[in-house]
This record gives sequence, structure tokens and C-alpha cells, in this order.
Amino acid sequence: MNVINIRNISKTYVMGVEEVHALHDVTVQIDRGEYVAIMGPSGSGKSTLMNMLGCLDTPTSGLYEFNGANVSEMNDNDLARIRNKEIGFVFQTFNLIPRSDALHNVELPLIYGGVNAHERKRLAAEALNHVNLGDRMHHRPNELSGGQRQRVAIARALVTKPSIILADEPTGNLDTKTGDEIMTLFEELHHQGNTIILVTHEEYIAEHAHRIIRLRDGVIEKDENVQKRVIPTVA
Amino acid sequence: MAIIAIRVNKLRSSLTLLGIGVGVFSIIGVMTAMGVLQNAIENGLSGLGTNTFQIQKFPVTFFHDGRSRSRNRKDITLEQGEMFIERMNEAKYIGLESWFGIKQIFHNNDKTNPNISLVGETVQGFPTNNWTIKQGRAFTNQEVDNAASVCVLGNGVVEKLFERGSPIGEIVKIDGNKFRVIGTVEPKGGFLGGNQDNYLAIPLTTAMSLYGKQRSINIMVQTRDQESYNDIIELSTAILRTIRHVPPGAEDDFAIFSNDTLIKQFNDLTFMVKIGTLGIACIALLAAGVGIMNIMLVSVTERTKEIGIRKALGATKINVLMQFLSESVVFSQIGGVIGIIAGSILGNVVALITSAPPILPWNSSVAILSTPFVSLSALGLNIVAIIFCSFIGIVFGVYPAWKAANLDPIESLRYE
Repeated sequence: MNVINIRNISKTYVMGVEEVHALHDVTVQIDRGEYVAIMGPSGSGKSTLMNMLGCLDTPTSGLYEFNGANVSEMNDNDLARIRNKEIGFVFQTFNLIPRSDALHNVELPLIYGGVNAHERKRLAAEALNHVNLGDRMHHRPNELSGGQRQRVAIARALVTKPSIILADEPTGNLDTKTGDEIMTLFEELHHQGNTIILVTHEEYIAEHAHRIIRLRDGVIEKDENVQKRVIPTVA
Repeated sequence: MAIIAIRVNKLRSSLTLLGIGVGVFSIIGVMTAMGVLQNAIENGLSGLGTNTFQIQKFPVTFFHDGRSRSRNRKDITLEQGEMFIERMNEAKYIGLESWFGIKQIFHNNDKTNPNISLVGETVQGFPTNNWTIKQGRAFTNQEVDNAASVCVLGNGVVEKLFERGSPIGEIVKIDGNKFRVIGTVEPKGGFLGGNQDNYLAIPLTTAMSLYGKQRSINIMVQTRDQESYNDIIELSTAILRTIRHVPPGAEDDFAIFSNDTLIKQFNDLTFMVKIGTLGIACIALLAAGVGIMNIMLVSVTERTKEIGIRKALGATKINVLMQFLSESVVFSQIGGVIGIIAGSILGNVVALITSAPPILPWNSSVAILSTPFVSLSALGLNIVAIIFCSFIGIVFGVYPAWKAANLDPIESLRYE
């Protein structure tokens, strides 16, 4: 079943007098449990597509259905709710709240989801254990290494049990070894049935996925399955 | 959450807190100080007994020169006082008195400081002055009629000259004249740093024969009960106008006051001070509010990225709005609490200086701000102050919070 159904969407920005077509007539379907990479050089529209998939932005035209719900016509509050319940973001720069400890960072989406404090603590601790950071719960981001920070961010993305995990260059700020650890973690999550969408410009990272969607100049250039997947192993 | 944000920018926050604090401080400080003084006046103003009023030549006033119009008034003479007593039959007591200045009292080789008021009294002047005999007795009518050389001591004189042994029967000297002590009066205690017990009373007739008759006397009237009080004041006015030949329609050429009118006059004065302070403090709080707005706007800009993260994680506009609004409210409230603490300390330092009873911030029984609409105790005023601070926090926090709530999540996430 489709978790994401995008049909003929376009996104146009008005810059001064000029219209910029960031996306033009893009059609994509992503099934539950898929592991997809979105690739493209800068300016290809991949960030715009990612924002669209993450319900941070709405298309100028076309249809975007998320789990059968029409996102294109949603208001800010509905979009916020979808982001909260259905999407787990993982960013290149981790984007943790610097003043809060790991546990509180992971709790944050549950706070906005209206989960009570006790349940919140339990779920957040569980998610941190899941990424092997059970012993770092009360550390602040600046007391954690880059890889640990990204694992906190992944725990935060997982804690609401979202329909998709949307990872934007998750290894971009990490060294190769740490990056591999993170990719291993994604592999595990994939095996546990999570839908993962990876946005990257690195071929090697993209080849961890089963399918690569290549964008160029706002249109889909290629959408193909990966023949020889990179299966990460812990060093 | 809100507290953490405040802690991050210590200097900037403390400067803004100072603004709110000073505003609240001036309100609470002045109100408490004035409340302390009022409280002291109401408790300590026992110059007159209950249901008693006093008629004298000049009005009593705490402020402005009320004497300009009454400067040419004729003295209330002893004869007028006696005529008044003859015609006024409805009163319980009518005392006559006159004050003869500040004297030094001598006893053997001891002497007091020159701070003792010499007062001439009639027999009924004792109850109307609220004087209770402690030792010995008051004057008799005979002593007053015969201008006897006897005296009754206020407790201040007793403490100074007769620490050991009874003063009764002793001889004291004032301006070279000898008086036999026949009684002492119970102390009334200090009042706003003064002493109400530093006096020495001799018969009015004695005083007038020694110091001259050309002076105005005070007539003190005690009514039988509270109900007849206002009627007796009116009756007294009428009698005295007749005695002093005041033409109909002309203003009284004498003044009547009671403890109530004294308290009312003082309250009128403090009310003006309070209203003035309130006005200035409100302006200070508005200025502080602008400071809060400023610090919140800076905070929103600094935390743009955080706002983006929160929105990506599912925070709605309302969530973000409430977060920043509660920060600015908590912020103003902290300033308010600081102001209340500092103000209460200032107000009660006044209590300490004037040896008046203190008014603690949680006091809820003494009204320290009375307006025609509402009266507030210290506790009430503090609660109002906190509510007002919260209000300032909301008013000046709304725009920054609204700005935060409407940030575009994509732009915010990209913000470095």
C-alpha cells in the first residue's frame, strides 16, 4: 500500500519578477516498508521535494496524498499534526535543542503530541535504548559526539512510531566510520519494517537504499531499483 | 523551559528585570510605607478619647497653609468656654485646655530635658484627653476654681524624674513656680517617633494666672455615645457661633476636629502621594514592558533555528506562541516578585524607623490602598502587582510570540 502518493506536483517560487520552477510535474509513489534514496545535485529540487514529503511545504499544484489523506489542501495545524505523528525527521546538522538533555530532546515530539509526562519519559527512554544511548539520557548535545547526537536525533524521529523516516544527508556531518554506524542503524530500522526516505548527494550513501530517485532541474530523471546494494556491517 | 531561556542571557535579562522590579518596587514600597504610617496614625492617634471632638481656633492641617484665611480669628477665651459649658447640656464631658509651650521641669537637683509640654486643664479635660490616672488623683473642681499650685505628671516626666519612689506629694519647679504633684497618668506610648507622654498638667486657671489670659483655649467635647456624636457637633457649632456672634451665613470662626478628621486628612495626603506613585510606576512598568518586548524579539531571532526544529517536530503555531508568551510572562513575574520583596523591605524600614507596627507582604487585614472603588491589603496589592506584571508580559510578549509562531519552518531550519 502507498504511504506516499504524489501525482503531477509542481512548486513555483516567485523571486522578484521571475518565476522559479523548483519542481515540475513530479509523480512518485512510495510503499510502506520501502527504503528509498532521493538524489540530485544542488538546485535539482531535491530539497523542495523533501520539504514537500515532510509536510513542511505544500505544492503549488498537483496532488499529495499521505496515507490516503490529501496533504495539498491541509492547513498549518493539520500539517503540524501530520509532521508530529507520521514523520520522523533526521537532519544533517542533527538539530537537537542545545539546552535540553537527550531524554528531553527525544520527548519533544511527544509533548506536542499530547502524551502525558509519565508515558513520555518511558517512550523516550525506550527509543534511546533502541539506539544504544540508554546510558547517555541526561547528557546535553554538547556532551555527546557527532554520532551520538545523530543517534539521539534518530531516537527522536522514532519515538512517535511514524509512517516514514525522512533523513536529510544524515551522514553529511560525520566521518566515514561514524557514518557507517548510522547507516547500519538505518539498515536495522529498515529490517524492523520502517519506511525510510534518504535524501543525499552521495552515491555511496544512496546505494544503501533499495531504490534511487534521481532529480535534475525539477524533474525526475531516473527512478530505479538498486542492483548492488551496500549492506553495512559494523566494523 | 522559560527559566532556562532567561538564564542564557543573564546580563540582558537582569537589566530588563531591573526595569520591572523598580516599577513594582516603587509601588509596593510607597504603599507599604504609607500603609505603615496610616496604620500607626490610626492606632497611635489617641490624643482624644472615643466619641470626642475638639473645638479650637485654627484648623489642624498636615499640608498647605490653611491659616491664611483664619489668621484674623479671635481667640476662644476662657469665658466663651465657660459659656459653652453652661449651654451645652447634652455632652458627657466638656474639657477646656490650653497649651503653654515647652518647659523644663526641676525636682531637687534633677531636671528634665526642655521637651515637656505644659498644659492647663479643667477637671473634665482628663477623660476628654483620654488620660487615665495611674497614681494619685486628678484635679478637683475646687483646685481648678482656686487656681491651686498642683500638677499631674505625664509618664515621660515620671520616668525622667521619679525613677525610684513615688512622685505623689513631691514638689516640682517650672519657670521658678512650685507645684505639688498629686497624680500621674498612664503612658500612651510613642507615636511616629514622638512621645505623647512628655507633658505636665496644671489647672487651667493656675496656668492663666501665671502666664496670662490672652490666649485661645481648646474645647474638648465627649458625647455620651456614637449615635449622638454628629448631632452634638452640630449643636456645638450652633452654640459657639451664638457665643462668638458669628453672623448667619458667615463661615465658622473656629475649627472642629476629631481623630477621624485627623486620620482623614492624613489619608487624603497619602492618597495623593499614592496616586502619584502609581502613575509614575505605571509609566516605569510600560517602559519595562518595552524592554521585555525587546529582549523577547532578540530571543526569537536567536532561537529561530530552535523554532524551526520545534515546528518540524509538530509544534503548532499555538504551541510556539504559548511557549514565548509564557516566557515573557514568567519573566515579568520574576521582576514583579523582586520588586515586591524590595518594596516590602523599604516599606517596613519606615516601620522600623518610626517604631510603627510593620506591614508584612502577606498581611491581608490592613488596607494600604483605599480608593473609592476598591481597598487593597498588602497581600491583595501584591497579588494585583503580580497580575499586572503578567498582563505587561502578555501585552509586550504577544508581538514577539506571534512573530515566532509565524516563522516559516523551512526558513527557520536553514537559519544559522
